[in-house]
This record gives sequence, C-alpha cells and structure tokens, in this order.
Amino acid sequence: MSRPEARSAIVSPDRARGVDASLTSALYATMRRDLILLLRRPGAVLNPLAFFALVITLFPIGISPDPELLAIIAPGLLWVAALLAALLSLDGLFREDAEDGALEQLLLAPHPLPALALAKVAVHWLTTGLPLALMAPVLGVMLSLPLGSYGVLALSLALGSATLSVIGAIGAALTVGVSRGGVLLSLLVLPLYVPVLIFGAGAVQAAIAGSGVAAHLALLGALLAAALVFAPWAIAASLRISLNG
Amino acid sequence: MWAFIHKLGSPKVFYALSARLSPWFWTAAAVLIGTGGVWGLAFAPADYQQGDSFRIIYVHVPAAFLAQSIFVVMALAGLVFMVWKIKLADMAATAMAPLGAGMTFVALLSGAVWGVPTWGTWWQWDARLTSMLILFFLYIGVIALRGAFGSRDAGSRAASVLTMVGVINIPIIKYSVDWWYTLHQPATFSITSRPAMPTEMWLPLLIMVLGFYSFFIAVTLTRTRNEILRRESSKRWVRDLVGEAG
Repeated sequence: MSRPEARSAIVSPDRARGVDASLTSALYATMRRDLILLLRRPGAVLNPLAFFALVITLFPIGISPDPELLAIIAPGLLWVAALLAALLSLDGLFREDAEDGALEQLLLAPHPLPALALAKVAVHWLTTGLPLALMAPVLGVMLSLPLGSYGVLALSLALGSATLSVIGAIGAALTVGVSRGGVLLSLLVLPLYVPVLIFGAGAVQAAIAGSGVAAHLALLGALLAAALVFAPWAIAASLRISLNG
Repeated sequence: MWAFIHKLGSPKVFYALSARLSPWFWTAAAVLIGTGGVWGLAFAPADYQQGDSFRIIYVHVPAAFLAQSIFVVMALAGLVFMVWKIKLADMAATAMAPLGAGMTFVALLSGAVWGVPTWGTWWQWDARLTSMLILFFLYIGVIALRGAFGSRDAGSRAASVLTMVGVINIPIIKYSVDWWYTLHQPATFSITSRPAMPTEMWLPLLIMVLGFYSFFIAVTLTRTRNEILRRESSKRWVRDLVGEAG
C-alpha cells in the first residue's frame, strides 16, 4: 500500500504532462488564440473585404454601368466575388501555424484533431465569411440589387460561407505543405464550391423573383450540415499527411 | 480468399499476373471497339431526327461512362490505399488518373462537336455538359495535387483523400447542377426524352461501351506495370527481371 503522496505522483499521464484541460477549454483556447492573432494583425481580416469591394467595382467598369443590366446579374456577381474573397483568405488558414510549429502542437494535443481543426475553421468563418455577408448588402446597393433581396443575400452568404470555410479547409490542409500552394488550392476547392454557389445565388434570385427562398436556404443548411459531419475528418487526415510527409 | 487478395497486393505477384491478363484485354478492346465502331458508324440506321450526326453517340456515351466510372474506381483504390496501406492500389490510381481526365475531355469534346448539328452551337450550358466540365476540373486537381508534393508517399495520400472527398461531392454537384439547369433554362434541347433506340442502334453502343471498358482495364494494367517497375526499381526482383531482359 503506497502512501497518498506517492500515488498522487503517478496519476494520469495527462496530468503528468501538465495537460489538465477538457475538450471544451481546448476548443475555447484554440479559438481565442486564433482570434487574438487575427485582431493583432487586422490586415488578414480586412484584405478579403477590400478584395470583395474591388472586384465588385470592376464589374460595372468592365460590363456596363446600366442599372437594369447590373440588377439582373447582381446576385451572381456578389456571390462569385464573395466566394473568391473567401477562397483568397483560405491559404493563410493553416500556413503560418505550420511554419511556426503551432500546428504540430495541435497534432500532438491529447484532444481529437478534427474538433480542434473545426475550431480554427469556425474562427476563419467568423473573421471572413460573416464580415463578407454583412458587407454584401452595401455592395448590393452599388449594383442596384432589387429591394427585398438584401436580407436573403446576407443570410445566404452567412450560411453558405460557413460551408465554403469548412470545405475549403480540406484544400488548405492538403496544400499547407506545398510551397506556393495558392493556385493549387483554388484548383482543388473551386469545383467543390459549385453546389454552394448554385443554391446561394439561387436564393437571392428567388427572393428577387418573389418565389420562395426557404428551399434554397434549407439546402444551404443541409450542405453545411453534411460538410460539418464529413469534412473535419478529411481536414484532420490532410493535416497529418501534410505535416508528416 | 483473403490469402489470394493479400498475394495480389504484392507488386511482384501482380506484375506476373497482369502480364498474362493484359494481352487478353487489349485484344478484347481492339475487337469490341473495331466491331462496334464499324457497325455503329457504317451499318446502324441513321436517326430519323438527327440523321448521321447521332453516330457521335458511339464515342460520346462510352467516354462519358468511363469518365465517371474511373473517378469512382480511383476513389475505391484510394480507400484501399488509405485503410490497408496497399501500395498497389495507389499505383493503379496513379495509372488511371490521366486516362480518366482524357476520357472526360473526349466526352466534352464529342459533346461540343455533337452540339453543332443538334443545338447549332459548340457549347451549351447543358446540365450534363456542365457537370462533366466540373468532373474534368476535379481530375486536374487530383493529378496536380499528386505532382505537387516532394515526397511520393505524401502526394499519394493527399491525392487519395482528395479523390474520396471528390467522389462524395460528385452526386451533390450533379444534382445541384441539374436543379440549376431546370431553374434557368427550359429543357428544349433535351436529347434524353427521345424515343427508345431500336435494337440495331443500341447493340453497337453496348459493344462500344464494353470495348471502352476493356480498353480502360488494358491501359490500367499496362500503366500499373510501368508504375510498379518505376517505383520498385531498387528491388531485387525488378533488377533480376531487367537483367534478364537486357
């Protein structure tokens, strides 16, 4: 029979390594760290928004300033531009963490990697998808988007960009070990974005046409639910492949 | 049964077995494509609406079948490679990918050529053409990702993950594109609602499809054999083999 002090010295291996965190606090810590890092360098958050606005500016210049024409193509333009802006920010999702070794610590952590990766993706959506969705109505005004579709535009972008972040994270995880992986990332991810674009832009067009938007939004939600179930495992597997070579 | 599969997973055994199998598949492909091609292009009756231009179907449909099947087979090979670490499965997937991309391109090209007499345009944003185009991009992505990694093993596993992600997405993309198409365009150009084909038209088509599948198996066997030699070039049995030949 050993003494209590001796027993306490050989408790769980987690405690011995100084790891004394539940999954919830690990997720919270991951999200908090990513948010702080982004807030200290706001460029990462603001650049996609500037890109979004800039691309939207190019279309009237390139096509025609005619409000009637712009109103017809506005839903698609806004959706495609927001999609590209979200894509542009994906490359940085894991790259810096991979370069400074933080990603390896995430792999070594005693918590499931899919959950931790999903926490990082959630921060990405919070700092990219959500701002893009909030900004889209303003750009919609510039493209003379018909009244009555602004709410649906923001809602469909908020919902759809979450799916874009989750699916895009697979591509970001696959290309994190590849130097100059940006173009490759777009090549991998854009084909997978097609359903989100169809239902997202479709929701806005349905709102303009006055037909029901519920089906489109429900399908966007279904895509998000399916992505949330399957993608975290693919992200985790891809991160392991990229880091372990 | 399992012992046989395990033995088959060994590159050396597969190399010997495929050496005996591949001539048969090459012969079958040549005979079937030859028969189906001559029958379909020269002897099958012309379509009452489209005339002779419908004969593109004898290339277009088999190519489209293969384009989709090859991606699924690649995903299965990727699964086998990831779960059981059977390297042979990955060699086969590597060998198949360019053929799949090529078949997708052939299907797209023949579809465009077919579009000129039937639709009056090279390209129509038809639902099937569009999802075929997206499938083509998926193939390009898999091939590009495999080549982007410095280490072959990492590239193989990354390509396997991407193929599996892609194969889950293919039905979703297919259905959403179908829906997008019905929302946007009236299906006036549809060629699916044609009356059922008479036997003398679809029999050569069936022969062509079988011929294309034999061609796929033959090409995969031959290319996998090359891939085995390339990857196992430091192994003793490959050196012995090459030594014998040279």
